[in-house]
Amino acid sequence: MSVDAAALRSARGETRAAPTAARRGQRSRLASIGLHGALVTASAVAVFPILWVLVTSFKPDTRAVSPTPRLLDESTVDNYVDVLSGARGDFLAWFGNSVTIAGLSTLVGVFVSATTGYAVSRFRFPGRRGLMLTFLVTQMFPFAVLIVPLHNILLALGLLGQPLGLVLVYCTTTVPFCTLMLREHFDAVPTDIDEAGRVDGLSPFGVFWRLVLPLARPGLAVTAFYSFLTAWGEVAFASAFLSVADDSKTLSVGLQVFVQQNRAEWGHLAAASVLVALPAVVVFYLVQRFLVGGLTGGAVKG
Amino acid sequence: MAEVAYVNASRVFPGTPPVRAVDNLELSVADGEFLVLVGPSGSGKSTALRMLAGLEDVDEGAITIGGKDVTNTPPKGRDIAMVFQSYALYPHMTVAENMGFALKLRGVPKAEIREKVAEAARMLDLTRYLDRKPKALSGGQRQRVAMGRAIVREPSVFLMDEPLSNLDAKLRVETRANIAALQQRLGTTTIYVTHDQVEAMTMGHRVAVLKDGILQQCASPRELYDRPANAFVASFIGSPAMNLKTVPLTPEGARLDGLVVPLSRSALDGAAAEGLSEVTFGIRPESLRLAAADEAGMTMTVELVEELGADAYVYGSVRIGEQSERFIVRVDGRTPPALGQQVEVTVRDADEVHLFHPGTGLRLTA
Repeated sequence: MSVDAAALRSARGETRAAPTAARRGQRSRLASIGLHGALVTASAVAVFPILWVLVTSFKPDTRAVSPTPRLLDESTVDNYVDVLSGARGDFLAWFGNSVTIAGLSTLVGVFVSATTGYAVSRFRFPGRRGLMLTFLVTQMFPFAVLIVPLHNILLALGLLGQPLGLVLVYCTTTVPFCTLMLREHFDAVPTDIDEAGRVDGLSPFGVFWRLVLPLARPGLAVTAFYSFLTAWGEVAFASAFLSVADDSKTLSVGLQVFVQQNRAEWGHLAAASVLVALPAVVVFYLVQRFLVGGLTGGAVKG
Repeated sequence: MAEVAYVNASRVFPGTPPVRAVDNLELSVADGEFLVLVGPSGSGKSTALRMLAGLEDVDEGAITIGGKDVTNTPPKGRDIAMVFQSYALYPHMTVAENMGFALKLRGVPKAEIREKVAEAARMLDLTRYLDRKPKALSGGQRQRVAMGRAIVREPSVFLMDEPLSNLDAKLRVETRANIAALQQRLGTTTIYVTHDQVEAMTMGHRVAVLKDGILQQCASPRELYDRPANAFVASFIGSPAMNLKTVPLTPEGARLDGLVVPLSRSALDGAAAEGLSEVTFGIRPESLRLAAADEAGMTMTVELVEELGADAYVYGSVRIGEQSERFIVRVDGRTPPALGQQVEVTVRDADEVHLFHPGTGLRLTA
């Protein structure tokens, strides 16, 4: 009763206040201008460096850094032509290497972390807690510390200088984080769904593949994107573990060609950077439509 | 269609000490029978059902379906369908896909699946919703989809784990009748778990009462009501609960305050053979009535009156020995006594008395 009375009082209070205060969810004109102003400023700050790279990529190297930069009348696509034609290193080979390595890292990393995450989420086995703790601990080492031991391991396995070796190295970085993340998503899928699937005739792997994975799509999207970016932009491991031959470099390693000790080809670097950024944008575009919550809505009575 | 049997089946959860969630369950269900497993929470009824489904291990004993030992068969090999308390619909599939999923896994041709799903949807009044996702359905509709998913498969056994407990009271009564009618029509062996004794009494051909993993009694609803095997069943079945009090015995019968309820010779002899000076005396609220002016009765102080329209339940306290005991009496709804009033209560018929051993709780009367 007391709840009802309180609700009634507050309802009455709201109707009385209605003529003076704006309705819920509506802003005054001034607040609106302030809000949009702040958003535009923040967006400009965020976008500016990228815009600058884009502008620079269309300028000759000599004009890239000038005291009074001009935006439009110096446009030329020479930088792009140079980069793509291979005049400054085998850009297309680097690109291919990066796509292969990042793509494989994503596939292997997400598959391994999804199966691991599912096992940790659903099964009780000895060392279950220790496993997750180990995953957390491995995240604490800086990359520099890991280079020597990883180098020795790859050497022993005969994978040094091979793209596959680098894929495995990237997985050591991505799998622990992705497992932690996916485990949370799998925990959010009710176990009743697994059981219904088993009664309906699915094998344990079938339950994972046909019911749990589709329901964890937002988590898969995030981890796939994370894995891809980790492998795509990484420099230290890539320069340490790949052979020095020009056509076996990845993009991030190859870009160093444009910034030598004595001269920097800013225009070329910017053009290459834009080309490098494109696949990341494409991958993000592909996965972002899965980044919606509420997929498990309606499974069980909430 | 098939008969189901638990053969001394136990489920023991590891721990210190180990928990025997289901303890030596010996129960057989006939072909086409509707058996209800009922008990308070933690009684092992859901575990027993999940053992039959293959979702829970059988640690001791065996389970057979249709005469075939399925103790170690995975769920998909048991030819069963289950309706979950939470419904467990697949949220990324439409209603039609949900219902046809099991058939699809079995490799049934698409046209046949569509036909069977459509037929089940007609039966359950779901035709309009076949293209919707579960998210866009109401609770009652989701419940029907869960039923549909089970029906479409035409399994040999239906398992239902409290399928109505998430529905509102009115819908629950309605769906209760629908499920019972559907089971009648399909003639499929059904095991139904509930904690609600009204559901158990109204739906089941037979009802099995469980407590602490041990089967207390399995009988028809009428038998369970009229001849409970022990004090627990007596108190669990029936609403409001049976009055169960420990009372002293006299050579004539059981003494309750000023009232001596005559007991049969055999009952008294039985109690004497056990060397009992007290018995657990049980009587249902409808077996008590207000005494006429010149009748002997026990004096009850009225503490609460629940008026239900046709009847009223009077809660009051009666002094038995040193203690004050609470009794519930059903009276005519039109003339209930007032709060605080002292009324004389007597027994409608001495045959309606249930006597139990005060120590073991087992039924004494023949």
